[in-house]
Amino acid sequence: MSAASRKESPEQAEFRVHCRQWLSENTPEKATVRLPESPVEIMTNEQMDYLRSWQKSAYEGGLIGCDYPKSQGGGGMTNCQPIANQEMQAAGVPMLPNVIGLGMGAPTIHYHAQDALKERLLPLLFSAENIWCQGFSEPGAGSDLANVQTFAEKVGDKWVINGHKVWTSLAHFADWMIILVRTDKEDKHNGLSYFVVPIKAALGKGVTVRPLIKITGETGFNEVLFDNLEITDDYRLDEVGNGWKVAMTTLLHERGAGQLVTPSAGRGVVKKESAGDAYSLMGLAKEFARDGKLASDDPVIREEIMKAIIRQEGSKQDARRSRVSSLCDHPMRLPLQTKLLMTEIRQDYAALALEIQGPASSLYLGDDNAPSAGAWPLAYMNSYGMTIAAGASEVQRNILGERILGLAKSK
Amino acid sequence: MAQPKNFGFGEDEKMLRDTAQKFLKDNASVDKLHKLVAGNPDPYRAIESHWDKSIWDKIVEMGWTTVAVPESAGGMGMNLTALAALAEEVGRAALPSPFIATVNATLVVRECDGAVAEQLLGEIAEGKAMTLAGINKLGSWKSSDTDVTAKGDGDVVLNGTAYFVQDVAKSETLIVRAKSSKGVGLYTVAVDADGVNIVADSIIDLTRDQAHIQFNNVKVSSAQVIASGNGGAEAMDKAEPAILTVVAADMVGAGEWQLQTTVEYVNTREQFGHTLGYFQAVKHPVVNMMIMIDQAKSLVYNAACAIDDEPESAMKFARMANAMGSDVASFCSNRAIQFHGGIGFTWECYLHLYTKRQKHNQVMYGDSKYQRAKLAELLMGPVAA
Repeated sequence: MSAASRKESPEQAEFRVHCRQWLSENTPEKATVRLPESPVEIMTNEQMDYLRSWQKSAYEGGLIGCDYPKSQGGGGMTNCQPIANQEMQAAGVPMLPNVIGLGMGAPTIHYHAQDALKERLLPLLFSAENIWCQGFSEPGAGSDLANVQTFAEKVGDKWVINGHKVWTSLAHFADWMIILVRTDKEDKHNGLSYFVVPIKAALGKGVTVRPLIKITGETGFNEVLFDNLEITDDYRLDEVGNGWKVAMTTLLHERGAGQLVTPSAGRGVVKKESAGDAYSLMGLAKEFARDGKLASDDPVIREEIMKAIIRQEGSKQDARRSRVSSLCDHPMRLPLQTKLLMTEIRQDYAALALEIQGPASSLYLGDDNAPSAGAWPLAYMNSYGMTIAAGASEVQRNILGERILGLAKSK
Repeated sequence: MAQPKNFGFGEDEKMLRDTAQKFLKDNASVDKLHKLVAGNPDPYRAIESHWDKSIWDKIVEMGWTTVAVPESAGGMGMNLTALAALAEEVGRAALPSPFIATVNATLVVRECDGAVAEQLLGEIAEGKAMTLAGINKLGSWKSSDTDVTAKGDGDVVLNGTAYFVQDVAKSETLIVRAKSSKGVGLYTVAVDADGVNIVADSIIDLTRDQAHIQFNNVKVSSAQVIASGNGGAEAMDKAEPAILTVVAADMVGAGEWQLQTTVEYVNTREQFGHTLGYFQAVKHPVVNMMIMIDQAKSLVYNAACAIDDEPESAMKFARMANAMGSDVASFCSNRAIQFHGGIGFTWECYLHLYTKRQKHNQVMYGDSKYQRAKLAELLMGPVAA
């Protein structure tokens, strides 16, 4: 084994030093508002303002967009975003609010937009001066995404958009939307095209954003209606009819399987009110009694916690092995499992946390006696969004079966 | 200590694994395996050990038995990741051979100091097959339990029975754990020594042989004492993460064969006008087989790497790897047979060879529930009385 394969490149090592120093000198001030569990649950302007100014500061510090070309507002480095992410995680800084833009918008724009558009949009996306949302799902196009019916009609040199997008996280804050639309009604997959749309500028002038309430009682996502919205042709990504191909770039990155690693930082909530990971259930089990003794001394509860921990550790080691090509027989076999596993494991251990809490798990956010301020019941209910959004688990299993194992395509 | 990002799986390890994979593919196909071990389905047949000694001779020639032997004793002293990769290939081929038994013996002996251990390691490197006796007490997977006793100072006499001894019929030397008033020691005894009565077991797994061994006043000289005092228990404790990891790797390799064989079948067999894989009631569980195998494989390489580079976490990660490996063995065996339908239930179909090997691996070293209970003790402390 070569020593070099274990080591960081000189650029990465130098950059890590920079990150540490910058983070030690630029710790963001503590939030005065209660922060949400994740960026897609940002509800108020105060929350958004606080997180937005933190992202801007991190961008100016060079910690965001590190691997994008300098001409697009990036750092022009190679494989340095994971370093920044590790250091931001370790430093316990707040989350980055422009999560749709960073995770899906930026890579899609990078790979498919014309240069002028990249140079105009990406710096403002990285700095969170522009917040982004994603217009994919529709009432009739969920798991069957290619059934999108929102229509863009070419009128002269402009496009006129009509239709209805749903489950649109962050749309109530968003300046821009990446949108998948139909430009040809005759051809399901080749009749799709992909645009970026300045929705905030068009609010009340062809665009309506309506909040949807989740089972948790929180807002966070929306439906967006388009009524004769006119946009110019320079907002188109790739060729007309290539929308499905562009959407695959978006989805690949959304599922954590793309080339460009998404900038990410820590969680926003203070620890006491946070639902933890699978390991945290060991501590949780010490706080709750069950049948007259601590849950942590119940062999069945212990067994279930160990199952959760082993699966979580397995996913962590999958991610590590996915970067060792000689231990992977198909380059996409592990990356395509990431989203599926992360969401299902989280859902299962959130359910287990509620079992450990017993009757106290009935107490919700508004109850002063709720353990951890109701964080586990909230995490449990939110986990249903995760196994449905971004390709439901059933769709993920179809993709894995068909793309990796070569099983016949299901209709 | 920190682990290397690539699990320590570098060019040398890859070359060793690729060579092993090709060798077993060319020389130990499942057709040959079935002809070799499944000639007589009668459950009451006379007990015989079926294996191809010429394959073992080539394995020795290729140096697999030297991988875990330290360089100082004439071996290659490669990392545990290399060994895990070999075990994965052996599992994929469901190979009847003394390889796993000898590797496990190696892992224990190399934890002992002194000339006797050094000598044995040299013999292993040269290809002498060995197996551990007295690591399984009836009703206990605890490594310090044994039913064999050692009496006397200097020259020692062994008595008692060692149960579930693996691949004895293919081995020349027994590494015997026996307890005395001072603890559990480790002794080397030839399989044909006076007083050693090997009683072959009739077992389900066709790819292995097994016996219980009665020791009737077996005399052991000082030149046969590998570890005295409690050294045998200590060596076993140190080797246990590696043994659990190697066995888990065997289950992962076998699981991958079960997956690929099932994928081929459901991509071919048609019902209701479609191949079986078209139906999501089949497709999704097959994907779940892959997901579990991948988790187990990642945990195996993590555990193997920890043994070399993060020893303080080795036991924790090995229990995780073995627990998930056992779950793979169970789930993949179950779904593979189910999705083959009636043919999967027959002796002529090759699946049962793997199902049986997997079951054997699951029960012999502590099943997944046991591993999780032990992991919980490590992470959460013992259950309060």
